[in-house]
Amino acid sequence: MITLIRRPNPAKFWTYATPIVAVIATMIAGGLLFALLGKPPIEAIRVIFWDPLFGANAGYFRGQLLVKAGPLILIASGLAVGFRAGIWNIGAEGQYIMGALASAWLALHVYPAESHWLFPAMIVLGALGGLLWAMIPALLKVWFGTSEILVSLMLVYVAENLLAYMAFGPLKNPEGYGFPGSRNLQSYPSAHNTDLIAGTGLHWGVVTAFIAVIATYILMHRHIMGFRIRVAGEAPRAARFAGVIPARLVVFCLGLAGAFAGLAGMFEVSGPSGQITDSFNVGYGFTAIIVAFLGRLHPIGILLAGLLMALTYIGGDMAQLTLGLPSAAIQVFQGMLLFFLLGFDVLTNFRIRLGRKAVA
Amino acid sequence: MSELLEIEGLTKAYPGVVANDGVALRVRPGEVHALLGENGAGKSTLVKMIYGLVKPDSGTMQFQGAPYAPVDPRAARSAGVAMVFQHFSLFEALSVAENVALGMETPPPMRQLAAKIREISTEYGLPLDPARLVGDLSAGERQRVEIVRCLLQDPKLLIMDEPTSVLTPQEVDILFKTLRKLSAEGTAILYISHKLEEIRALCEAATILRGGKVVDHCNPREKSARELAELMVGAELKVTDRSTRKPGDVVLKVTNLSLPPMSQFGPALKEIGFELRAGEVLGIGGVAGNGQEELLATLSGERPSKHGTVQLLGADISALGPNARRGMGLLAAPEERLGHAAVPAMSLTENAILTGTTRKKLTQNGFVDQGAARAFAQDVITAFDVRTPGPHVAARALSGGNLQKFVIGREVLQAPEVLVVNQPTWGVDAAAAAAIRQALLDLAAQGAAVIAISQDLDELMEIADRFAALNEGRLSAPRPTKGLSIEEIGLMLGGAHGMQEAQI
Repeated sequence: MITLIRRPNPAKFWTYATPIVAVIATMIAGGLLFALLGKPPIEAIRVIFWDPLFGANAGYFRGQLLVKAGPLILIASGLAVGFRAGIWNIGAEGQYIMGALASAWLALHVYPAESHWLFPAMIVLGALGGLLWAMIPALLKVWFGTSEILVSLMLVYVAENLLAYMAFGPLKNPEGYGFPGSRNLQSYPSAHNTDLIAGTGLHWGVVTAFIAVIATYILMHRHIMGFRIRVAGEAPRAARFAGVIPARLVVFCLGLAGAFAGLAGMFEVSGPSGQITDSFNVGYGFTAIIVAFLGRLHPIGILLAGLLMALTYIGGDMAQLTLGLPSAAIQVFQGMLLFFLLGFDVLTNFRIRLGRKAVA
Repeated sequence: MSELLEIEGLTKAYPGVVANDGVALRVRPGEVHALLGENGAGKSTLVKMIYGLVKPDSGTMQFQGAPYAPVDPRAARSAGVAMVFQHFSLFEALSVAENVALGMETPPPMRQLAAKIREISTEYGLPLDPARLVGDLSAGERQRVEIVRCLLQDPKLLIMDEPTSVLTPQEVDILFKTLRKLSAEGTAILYISHKLEEIRALCEAATILRGGKVVDHCNPREKSARELAELMVGAELKVTDRSTRKPGDVVLKVTNLSLPPMSQFGPALKEIGFELRAGEVLGIGGVAGNGQEELLATLSGERPSKHGTVQLLGADISALGPNARRGMGLLAAPEERLGHAAVPAMSLTENAILTGTTRKKLTQNGFVDQGAARAFAQDVITAFDVRTPGPHVAARALSGGNLQKFVIGREVLQAPEVLVVNQPTWGVDAAAAAAIRQALLDLAAQGAAVIAISQDLDELMEIADRFAALNEGRLSAPRPTKGLSIEEIGLMLGGAHGMQEAQI
């Protein structure tokens, strides 16, 4: 029989070891899955984890790594702050869309005027778009006690429909020969979020993601506000005793996560994507939830987890192309990562004892 | 005469601690046997083994002359062992009879059961109305439900864990009559308590545990309470120093304070009013659940109250939050250590930050000064003799008594003008309890005002200058403790809560 015994202090070793163990277990279980699908398992793992970094075309893929990791890290950093407080914003995908729409609207509205002020103004509007969209679940929770989980999630679908409407309607490119989608901001110099060093994938959004990592680290581990957020997540009554006003915390956490997600949307629409289309969002907002947990809700962990997750995206695409792996298999593979992480997480707070002693 | 229960060499070890080490215990039929010991001495583990909740590592038990090794409480009950726990396991939204039926293997039809409950409860002097909702009952009446539930099984041995901690003195008298009647009919009672006077009044034999071992068997009537206490603690007890204090000016004034219930079956606060002077200790007694938590929450600032109801040093603070009140000198230590007064998973340093930022300047421009926080936590640990490897240890790794010393120490070292504590020594061993009481008295001697909310009347008599009773959300007018008799206090606490006492 297996018994779990609670540890008096969470084990330091396992806190850091579980993500690594989870990655290894995912590789093994994923390999088995690929083998069952009749694909060479070791090669598949190599294509996913090794080739994008050190393979033949690594030069191109390394740039893609930052492009994909940037929004994941930025969104996850914001989400993790709320998760620490026990505020579950599942709707980052919607806030990401609204940030992109708000900033693209501004750029398309003033097109083709060139100005140094346009890009900063788009950044502000992107953050604002995500923030205001997140205020809907926040204020409904504060005023009426609704579940922020459900409301934020439902608003993702509202945002998706709004996105499609904009792509086919008001924001459609008037010179686009009737094709859906807006003008491409990549060919609008004042609004284009270009690579800072050509070919590296390092654009302003990636820089912002790094700044977000540092900022949330300082907030959560140096500032009294972060301390209160952690207390609220651990022990709500103690938080109230320490002077935390729950309503303000809800507004702050959802607002921050919304603004970060909106920023990610803004940098995406003005950079790698370039235009508003009905398929603009690719699930960064949802994957960021996995990234946040994989990174232990810790800013540095999120940085590493974001890079890892981006790697499985790129490697997964490659595996689809070169080995013909179905895309669903890649998604299962990514899901396994979270599954194993949560499973091994038990070891942080519990010791496992096998067998049992004889009864006297 | 043969023994009813005979225990030999019973041992149970948990990781890091031997809870019971070769314990021997003999209980005769009809005997009222006391199990004495401090918190952590192993009393609970021992009775849990007798009741089948915990399996011993080694040792033997015999019940009525036959080997006895219950695999679960059901087996223990069918053998004739019943237990009343300190914390009731009752559903508030169900009636008395429904609650009793839930605990039975094959409950009889409800009408028959109700009649049986009425009959048994009256016979043993604990009248109960089977149709009433448990949520509407007082703590004393809830305990009756638990006892009646046990009596329906016709037990040979009844285990009672700290039964009087929730009762007024009048209710204790009623309970003791019942227990004596049971004993006269041949039911043995294993009585766990650390209230020594009670044990001397009720029990004819006692087994004293310390650190998991039996240190003595004795007849409690032949020993003084002090001798028993010293056997329990294993050392001479310090007498708290209560040198005369002079009450100063009024520092805290509460007028006409009312508050709606915080939970469904919780009490409302009703028109509470009192004045608190510098240098005095006001003791507020009462059975738990009569508004203690609510009162602390309105004083600490967790619950704002109507304009003008709480005044500190002449300023209205009714609408201020906890930190603003801390800034003005009003500090509090809630009853629940884990999750309210302290965050279980956080270190002692972080728990020092929890309430210490305002007065101890643990932040600069909002940034936490880790060094200052650690130093403050270390100060508390040193000054209050908190046994722990250091301030980096998580709060949940500390024993109840040590964490309580930390929680009280954290507030006392912030030099409050007014300190409000709820159950300052609940679940704390005698030595730590004495240290905490002394700290509260020292604080008052330095000119601070202290409100001590407690269920432990002996404690309040020991430290308080004035006493008030909290009963169903109302506070009685405070009276000087000097010359107050235990009967008068009992009546202030609501007597027997209007409970009837049947003729036995």
